[in-house]
Amino acid sequence: MSKNIESYSAAAESGNFYERRSRWSKLRLAARTSPYTARFGLIVIAIYVFVAIFAPWLAPYGEAQIFPAPYEPWSSTYIFGTDQIGRDIFSRMIYGARNTVGIAVATTLLSFLIGGSLGLAAAIDRRWIDQVLSRSVDVLMAIPSLIFALVLLSIFGPTVFNLIVIIAILDSTRVFRLTRSVAVNVVVMDYVEAAKLRGEGLGWVMRREILPNIMPPLIAEFGLRFCFVFLTIAALSFLGVGIQPPTADWGSMVRENATLLQFAQYDLRAGLTPLLPAAAIALLTVAVNFVVDWFLHKTSGLRDEQ
Amino acid sequence: MTVAQRLALGMATLFAVSIIIFISIEMLPGDFGQIVLGQAATEDTVAAFRRELGLDKPPHLRYFDWIVGAVQGDLGTSFSGRAASGQDRSREVADLIGPRLKNTLFLAGITALISVPMALVLGISTALYRNSFYDRSVNAATLTTISFPEFFVAYILILLLSSLGQWLPSLANVDATTPMSERLYRIALPALTLTLVIIAHMMRMTRAAIINLLASPYIQMARLSGASPTEIIIKHALPNAWAPIATVIAFNLAYLVVGVVVVEVVFVYPGIGQLMVDAVTTRDIPVVQGCALIFAVTYILLNLIADIIGIVTNPRLLHPK
Repeated sequence: MSKNIESYSAAAESGNFYERRSRWSKLRLAARTSPYTARFGLIVIAIYVFVAIFAPWLAPYGEAQIFPAPYEPWSSTYIFGTDQIGRDIFSRMIYGARNTVGIAVATTLLSFLIGGSLGLAAAIDRRWIDQVLSRSVDVLMAIPSLIFALVLLSIFGPTVFNLIVIIAILDSTRVFRLTRSVAVNVVVMDYVEAAKLRGEGLGWVMRREILPNIMPPLIAEFGLRFCFVFLTIAALSFLGVGIQPPTADWGSMVRENATLLQFAQYDLRAGLTPLLPAAAIALLTVAVNFVVDWFLHKTSGLRDEQ
Repeated sequence: MTVAQRLALGMATLFAVSIIIFISIEMLPGDFGQIVLGQAATEDTVAAFRRELGLDKPPHLRYFDWIVGAVQGDLGTSFSGRAASGQDRSREVADLIGPRLKNTLFLAGITALISVPMALVLGISTALYRNSFYDRSVNAATLTTISFPEFFVAYILILLLSSLGQWLPSLANVDATTPMSERLYRIALPALTLTLVIIAHMMRMTRAAIINLLASPYIQMARLSGASPTEIIIKHALPNAWAPIATVIAFNLAYLVVGVVVVEVVFVYPGIGQLMVDAVTTRDIPVVQGCALIFAVTYILLNLIADIIGIVTNPRLLHPK
């Protein structure tokens, strides 16, 4: 600090002590103050992502590699035994992380792309676009989504591509509603008006003016919608109309090995086998819910009701 | 007036939804007659099949025929059981659905009878003793059951109560001749699974609705005048909470309609949900349409009833300025 009183500046002095935190250090700070549930959730999610990415290196056997030993019990060769046609269940669980989670993430991203952009467009142009979109969403939401998905899958056939598109479109109705309702409050701001007067196009206003200001609720919604999509896809695969064999998938694995439950009284581990993929689904859902709870808490400043 | 408006809106939704379900058959690939009847079908048989479905008529006339038939209980004929030779052993969709619909309604009814009172008691008592150990443990338990897929809950129950304990049957195979007591015993596990899934949602929403009300000034006033907590909840909070609670119940009964599909498949229960899943696998479109129509109509009607209860119990909504 300068000793010369003439050149003293309060701004410079306080500026000395002001350290601008990078995004990374802000994240680290947030992680240090997080509750145990959120930490648990983050660790679980990190493990799932790791397993999904490195599946081929982690799995002892191939995804659809068939051994001449169906319904093998748990052993050191086959950690969780083999399934009804002799595929290693542990390997399929690992590949399942990649397929089941990957498909759910792709579906959620697509549904946010559709629902988010339509919601923003409806919020900006409150005339006929909003009317047409809102009324069609009302009708689509009047049908339970699992039933609607079943109808559409029976028409277009159960392929992975159809599954992703159908669930994404059905789910985008919820995203549309949320985006529209939060964006409507931002659209009336002066800076949006200024951007419009500057002659910016619809896409620019959506992306650069409105989107950054509605991000927190959208990110939290992303977590919740992911859980919903993940459970819907698991339920459809379980019903046999979702992800098709030989692709390893947790929902269909539960169904394929369900008969093993009857042997639980002779060998408890055999009875637990069909529950493993189901538990994998449940664990990820719980983890994402924990993280979303914490995120909502952080961003909205909400406190628990007293 | 508002009730009439809501009814009209409900009717419009029903109409729109029936069109969507009808259109689904339009989107089938052009040669699906060949697929249904098999490769050996002659041109004449396929043409006769298309004529029977009325595909030579314009769509709006066909929609009219279909919806008039559906209202009278005629949902068309199933695709399965048709042979390439033109021989037709297919069954009426209504005959397929009828007995199964009764089974599903029975299961859903029993579940509702158990879960609705339990959820209300749990919701009100946790609101009364909120932040206590009791409240926290009930909340934690319900949060976990919400995150679990239905089939996970179902299989855990099978493992514990049927496979290890041998107390309850894991297959809920009933038919028309099964006596009532036997029937109740057989559906114990599916009903328990559905109850666990539904109760969590319903209880949490009831609790939130009551706590929300407890913050209002008139509750504060009642508390200041010396009323006991139980008295406040029963006499002051509950009458105003009926509308949100009715919404919660109807919403969850509507959810029950969907949850029933997975649970019926797990327990091989001969209900309409299992019929629909089978029809989707064999792409038997008329059956899928019929089931979807029933599910959608139930869902819409339940939501409609919830909204109307909400309007009727709230004088401010009933007499708008």
